[in-house]
Amino acid sequence: MTAGTFAPAPGRAPMRTIIGTQIRMELLLTARRGEAVVLAMGVPLLVLLGAGLTHATNLPTGDRLGFVVPGVLALTVMSTAFTGQAITTGYERSYGVLKRLGASPLTRPGLLLAKTAAVLVQIVLQVLFLGLVGVLVGWRPQFGDILPAAGVTVLAAAGYSGLALLLASVLKPETTTGAATLIYVLMLSVGGIMFAAPDLGPVGWFLLPLAAHAQALRDTLTDGASIPLSIWLALATWAVVWPAVAARKFRWE
Amino acid sequence: MPGIEEVAGVNGRWRGPHGSEGDHPRAAPGGAPARPPYRGRRRIGWAELMVGGDVAAVEVRDVVVRYGDTTAVRGVSLHAPRGRVLALLGHNGAGKTSLLQVCEGFREPDAGTVRILGMDPIAEHDALMPRLGIMLQSGGVYPWAAAGEILRLFASFAATPLDPDMLLDRLGLRKVEKTRFRRLSGGEQQRLSLAVALVGRPELVFLDEPTAGMDTEARHTTWQLIEELRADGVSVLLTTHLLDEAERLADDVVIMRSGEVAATGTPAELTAAAGIDLLEVRANPGLDLAALKTRHEVAETSPGEYAITGALDTRALADVLAWFAAADAHVTAVSSRRRTLEDVYLSLTSQNPVGAAQ
Repeated sequence: MTAGTFAPAPGRAPMRTIIGTQIRMELLLTARRGEAVVLAMGVPLLVLLGAGLTHATNLPTGDRLGFVVPGVLALTVMSTAFTGQAITTGYERSYGVLKRLGASPLTRPGLLLAKTAAVLVQIVLQVLFLGLVGVLVGWRPQFGDILPAAGVTVLAAAGYSGLALLLASVLKPETTTGAATLIYVLMLSVGGIMFAAPDLGPVGWFLLPLAAHAQALRDTLTDGASIPLSIWLALATWAVVWPAVAARKFRWE
Repeated sequence: MPGIEEVAGVNGRWRGPHGSEGDHPRAAPGGAPARPPYRGRRRIGWAELMVGGDVAAVEVRDVVVRYGDTTAVRGVSLHAPRGRVLALLGHNGAGKTSLLQVCEGFREPDAGTVRILGMDPIAEHDALMPRLGIMLQSGGVYPWAAAGEILRLFASFAATPLDPDMLLDRLGLRKVEKTRFRRLSGGEQQRLSLAVALVGRPELVFLDEPTAGMDTEARHTTWQLIEELRADGVSVLLTTHLLDEAERLADDVVIMRSGEVAATGTPAELTAAAGIDLLEVRANPGLDLAALKTRHEVAETSPGEYAITGALDTRALADVLAWFAAADAHVTAVSSRRRTLEDVYLSLTSQNPVGAAQ
């Protein structure tokens, strides 16, 4: 024991360092959670290969990969921004992690920033991976409208994140897990990924953001066309409403 | 039991080591951490070294905390000077943790004011946090992360952290460094939480039941560590329901009961002010105690064994023995016992407190 080992020398590391190590920790822990990886990568990959390469499902088009791959990209965004984030945040809240990290030099805004950044990094990695697999099996995307495609993806991710944080704040973690998984399965079934989405008109885009996002990615990446205004409106509404409600209801412990 | 007002100030303002009762805290300019000017191991309070500009570690005034209809903390005031260990002692439900949560900025008090190192723990939360070390009663870390990863994460948040390896060694966590938090034993989880609280080299640490769930060896290691913290100039506010822990560690003890401060003082003040608490005299059986009973609480507990309870100073002791002499009793043994912190605590916190002022 040396003298003065614990002599106070408080101080905050540079915020970039703090947020950087926190993002690394978030990514490391996500990679360790098997079910998160399965939902985010395994299921979309199976759908891509199963529905894209075989005639297991009826699709409204002959271009199976052109229909399925954009849907799978939309699905992986939802799995990470919504399902994964809801489950993780719910448990972190119940374990007191949010409270403890919020009371560290990381601070609450820093924690939210790190979480958002970690989700974005995951989405980028997953989209690149699944898109590459799609290209390898024969999907030929168009890159002329990549910016609108990225734009709707950001809106979708923001809406999903808001709903995820809301669920994690108002439900018990077990209930959150159940609800988030159920919504994932429902969206996967009727969200226009493996089969055509039910035709509900523009209202459908508000009810089924996955279908809206998938259609927007099909329009841009497969068809090189522009995104209908109704889809922009639907996803923008999600991106505003759920984060706003979550901000009001969010609970740190 | 004597009235507790004889033992220590009741609900009184906390007295600093040198009666620094009047020094009201001032906000630290710019929230700059006060660097200790001295790094030796001599036990000394910073309050002794810092005059004028220094602020209290913890200043709580008339704090009330309510949960729905229940009031957990009912108007508590306390003052913890720098560089000392203050123990909040009380049963489960006495309001210790609620008070601590207010100090940590996790809860806004329903009434009253709190200043931590001169700062508002909620309004100035983000500026204050790097200066604090917080150990929660349970949880607070990722169950899926390994012990070493968690400690290094928190170390990375600090400008000049302690060496995580040193802390792992000191707290006996080296062998579980790569073990996920949820697989650690209760005592190991507690020690890791303590390491996390200390790694940023804080000025003030809040420890909520720091040794709960620890085995005897780990408890002693933790006690040594807390003593070392104080020697190095760190202020400590801890909660405990362990009397030996408070007696060993605390410079100042605040006994809480039902959300109120029942007594404050140093362990010595709390236990010694009453002098001898119990005098046992062995003499002839069957003495007529009527005359003695007018002046003291006395009972013949078994034939020939007399117990005189209550605060006995030297004069009272002489009076009792003089009475035995006057009664021509043949005294064969005399033993005395001082009040322990346990006696004080039990008298204050039992369901039907005897002589406890409130």
